Amino acid sequence: MSSILKVTNLSKSYSSATGSLTVLDDVSFDLAKGETFSIVGPSGSGKTTLLGLCAGLDRASSGSVEVCGIKLDALDEDDRARVRNQHVGFIFQNFQLLPTLTALENVMVPLELRGEKGVAAKSIELLERVGLGSRLHHYPTQLSGGEQQRVALARAFSNDPEILFADEPTGNLDEETGIKVEELLFQINKEQGTTLVLVTHNMELARKTGRILRLKGGKVIELTESALAAQA
Amino acid sequence: MDSKISINRPEYSKSWLWKMAWRDSRRSRSRLFLFTSSIILGITALVAINSFKSSLFSAINDQAKGLLGADLVVRSSQPFTEDYQPLLDSIGTERSSECYFASMIYFPRSQGTRLVQVRALEGDFPYYGAIETDPIEAARSFRGKKQALVDQTLMLQFGVEVGDEVKVGTESFEIVGRLQKIPGQTGITTSVAPVVYIPYEYVEQTGLLQKGSRINYMEYFRFDDEAYVKTVEETYEKRFDQLGWRYDTVEEQKEDTGRAFKDLTGFLNLVAFVALLLGCIGVASAVHIYIKEKITSVAVIRCLGGTSIQAFFIFLIQIASIGLLGGIIGSVLGSVLQMYLPGVLKDFLPVTVDFALSWSAILQGIALGLSISVLFALPPLLRIRKVAPLQAIRAGIDGAVPDSTRGIYPVYAAILAFILGFAWWQIGSILDALSFTGGLIAAFLLLAGVARLITWSVKKFFPITWSYVWRQGLANLFRPQNQTMILIITVGLGTALISTLYLVQQSLISQVSITGAGDRPNMVLFDIQSDQKEAIKTMTLDYDLPVIQDVPVVTMRLEELKGHTKREAEADTTLGLPDWAYNREYRITYRDSLIDSEEIIAGKWLGKMESPNDTIFISMSDGYAENLGVKVGDEMLFNVQGALIKTYVGSLRRIDWNRVQTNFLVIFPEGVLEKAPQFHVLITRVENNELSARFQQAVVRNYPNVSIIDLQLILSTLDDILGKVSFVIQFMALLSISTGILVLIASVVISKFQRIQEGVLLRTLGASRRQVLTIAGLEYLFLGVFASCSGILLSLAGSWALSYFLFESTFSPVWLPLLAIIGGITALTVAIGVTNSREVVNNPPLEVLRREI
Repeated sequence: MSSILKVTNLSKSYSSATGSLTVLDDVSFDLAKGETFSIVGPSGSGKTTLLGLCAGLDRASSGSVEVCGIKLDALDEDDRARVRNQHVGFIFQNFQLLPTLTALENVMVPLELRGEKGVAAKSIELLERVGLGSRLHHYPTQLSGGEQQRVALARAFSNDPEILFADEPTGNLDEETGIKVEELLFQINKEQGTTLVLVTHNMELARKTGRILRLKGGKVIELTESALAAQA
Repeated sequence: MDSKISINRPEYSKSWLWKMAWRDSRRSRSRLFLFTSSIILGITALVAINSFKSSLFSAINDQAKGLLGADLVVRSSQPFTEDYQPLLDSIGTERSSECYFASMIYFPRSQGTRLVQVRALEGDFPYYGAIETDPIEAARSFRGKKQALVDQTLMLQFGVEVGDEVKVGTESFEIVGRLQKIPGQTGITTSVAPVVYIPYEYVEQTGLLQKGSRINYMEYFRFDDEAYVKTVEETYEKRFDQLGWRYDTVEEQKEDTGRAFKDLTGFLNLVAFVALLLGCIGVASAVHIYIKEKITSVAVIRCLGGTSIQAFFIFLIQIASIGLLGGIIGSVLGSVLQMYLPGVLKDFLPVTVDFALSWSAILQGIALGLSISVLFALPPLLRIRKVAPLQAIRAGIDGAVPDSTRGIYPVYAAILAFILGFAWWQIGSILDALSFTGGLIAAFLLLAGVARLITWSVKKFFPITWSYVWRQGLANLFRPQNQTMILIITVGLGTALISTLYLVQQSLISQVSITGAGDRPNMVLFDIQSDQKEAIKTMTLDYDLPVIQDVPVVTMRLEELKGHTKREAEADTTLGLPDWAYNREYRITYRDSLIDSEEIIAGKWLGKMESPNDTIFISMSDGYAENLGVKVGDEMLFNVQGALIKTYVGSLRRIDWNRVQTNFLVIFPEGVLEKAPQFHVLITRVENNELSARFQQAVVRNYPNVSIIDLQLILSTLDDILGKVSFVIQFMALLSISTGILVLIASVVISKFQRIQEGVLLRTLGASRRQVLTIAGLEYLFLGVFASCSGILLSLAGSWALSYFLFESTFSPVWLPLLAIIGGITALTVAIGVTNSREVVNNPPLEVLRREI
């Protein structure tokens, strides 16, 4: 099975007035195609830093990240952006829809960035898939939080990513809406065979993924298979 | 591991960038339009001026012959006597003669007297264009009869009608027409010297052609073949030169007129350009705030795979588009506005200007709108390239504009080069353009410094005992994303321009007024013949007026300078002797002492010749000596109406010219010129206008050849001219204020979202409507006061510098109007700021927030 995300001895530190501050220390793991993976830990444990490094949003102090076989460390900012566009999908805790674009346009953006034509049909299909067929031309401010996150979900899958990074995808939603979004996330993920990397505080959600990486103070304290995965 | 997987670099989709720019702009178009509105006025003014300039120049081209009224004009300060008739006949036989001079006239009907320009005309002049009169036929019919045409404004001022009499010298003429327009003359020139036309054959009888009087003689020629002028120039140029004659052709007249208007339109363009730059600073500030709001969106686009350059271009396209739109709107408005300029400028125009679209001005306006908005938006825009995608997931750095300076300095250099280039293009002199650019930068830096000082002082000496609303209003001046700097620069510069114009205008008028204050002389009688001198002195004393000065004046020409004749100076340019020094007529006096407006700064004053065989040492004005390149000890040979007198420069004098009295470039010692033909000038002081009028009437009635200038005449002429040029002041003031207001509105509206968030928060915490409005009102009150006071300070410094260095006059500021300007500008700022905040208090908080996102 081919490796979609390979993290090797990844560390990140910042220099401050009081000396060097290590926020991530020697993290390694490997994810195969279609695998689901959670990163959990208390606030300040380095979860978001690790996600950012895995997605090429930031540069590591040492170690390496390979996405779909491409070493991100060797790439410049724009090439890393192209890797994200071709292989990566994103879901953010605060949705991060472009406020000036309609729901449909938000979903179309990743495809259009690739230079693809006639992307509306596929985007509409995805929005219908997340139950927003009637909200295509609404702006983010005209949608509820749950609806916004569903648009973000449709956008994340629009470019058929090989790996999807989700940063607290239900963190800003009430329980009921959160559950609906979770269901959709896992459902589409399964259909498309995407590798999923979740950052969450929610252990219940984490347990729905195949493996769980527990971080504390920037260090891996546990990398386990979840019970759910074990049952499967 | 599949190491063959590589990065696919999709073809750069330009159309997507345009599409994204369009989509992204949808929710902010009114705001984007507001950015551009601040540059529209500047573009409008520039296009209007340039279109008008183009129409004007084509009118000058078409009507050039009408400016001169003939194909060739030959001028001389001596009469064209019988001896010269064969020479003049050989040039052309179709010709007219004219002589003109300054003289007093007297209207018996109203008993009014006035110094005018008397023009005595013979022949069919003008051959092109027309002397326009009411009634029309008077322009032709007055010739050959004892009739006159009088400037229509003058007739109105003195309550004189057609059919009344005017006395010119000793002769009375019947006024048969109101003079409306003369070839080549404008409203301004007739303000300074209103014209009275009389037939040439009666000029001798007026008794005004006396020796020593400054009279100009002209011969107007018309040729069947236009090209013949060139032949005349080639054939007669040297001869004219020898005779001291000057000549004008249609081509030269066209160039002179064109040059004058190039200066005027260039000046107006610079004013418009300053307004445009004010607008541009508004654009830069607005774009900075706009981009700040877009940082998260840019980070998300980067997360989704957009490159930094794609993100940069999305917003660059938006800014370029609004700049282009601004350019187009400005050009359309400018093209419409230019229709009104001929009306506004009518007193300056010697030709009739018709409306015509100038495509080059329109294209320039559009290009300027596009380039200048992009150029000024680039510094904030360039920061987009440094937005990290991480900002999409990191709440802590959300909204922070990366502080990148890469590529900023070349942009600043390009902005400076642009300003310098534009100024150079308009002024035509790189040194002046550098001064303009330097002055502008100094003003910006000064205002920016004042803004920094204010924010620092407010922070440092914050009045913690004030009530909450006052403290909050004041604190808004230095909080993050405050508008203090931008408003102090734009509103301050606008205020500075307006008040500087006002102060300089007032200073000039008051300078002239105080010239005659106290016991200083305020009336000059000139062209007094030697045999009239004593009688006029007696008459002056009879009116209880003091004879402050009685000055003899001798006219002469320069024959040799430093031992070189004019011909030698022309042949050898390395001598550095200017030929105009030989061409001019010198009016020189002689006396044994200095007067109180003079001071010797080099050499030794020698006021009297001890013996007729002594060397003659003259005294020269320091400025004139500098122009001539002459120093103490240099030789000058004068031709005093036939007699050659060798002199040496004995001393240099500094002269205070700002007095109503006679000052001379050259002074001879006593004992040389006493027997030379001369006329006299008498200087006196008249206490009131009524006595002045009576005295002038008496002088003109008894000595019609004597001319009078009094301070009242100078003041009224200055007032008239300033009134006519007031359009320039109004234009500058209107443009600067309007641009300042637009920038103010743009700044306020663009920062509205931030205000709304604060307002909503305050209201949620229980602040009343009144409290929220008071906080906003106080913030804008402080801003308005600080900005206008900064502008006034700058204008006081500028006006003082202009008065001191340029006009060499005493600067006397008028405080009340300045306070009114501060009050007006502050009230306007508060009104705009509070109006904008009303929305926060008049609508439910959430509704406002949703609408503004």
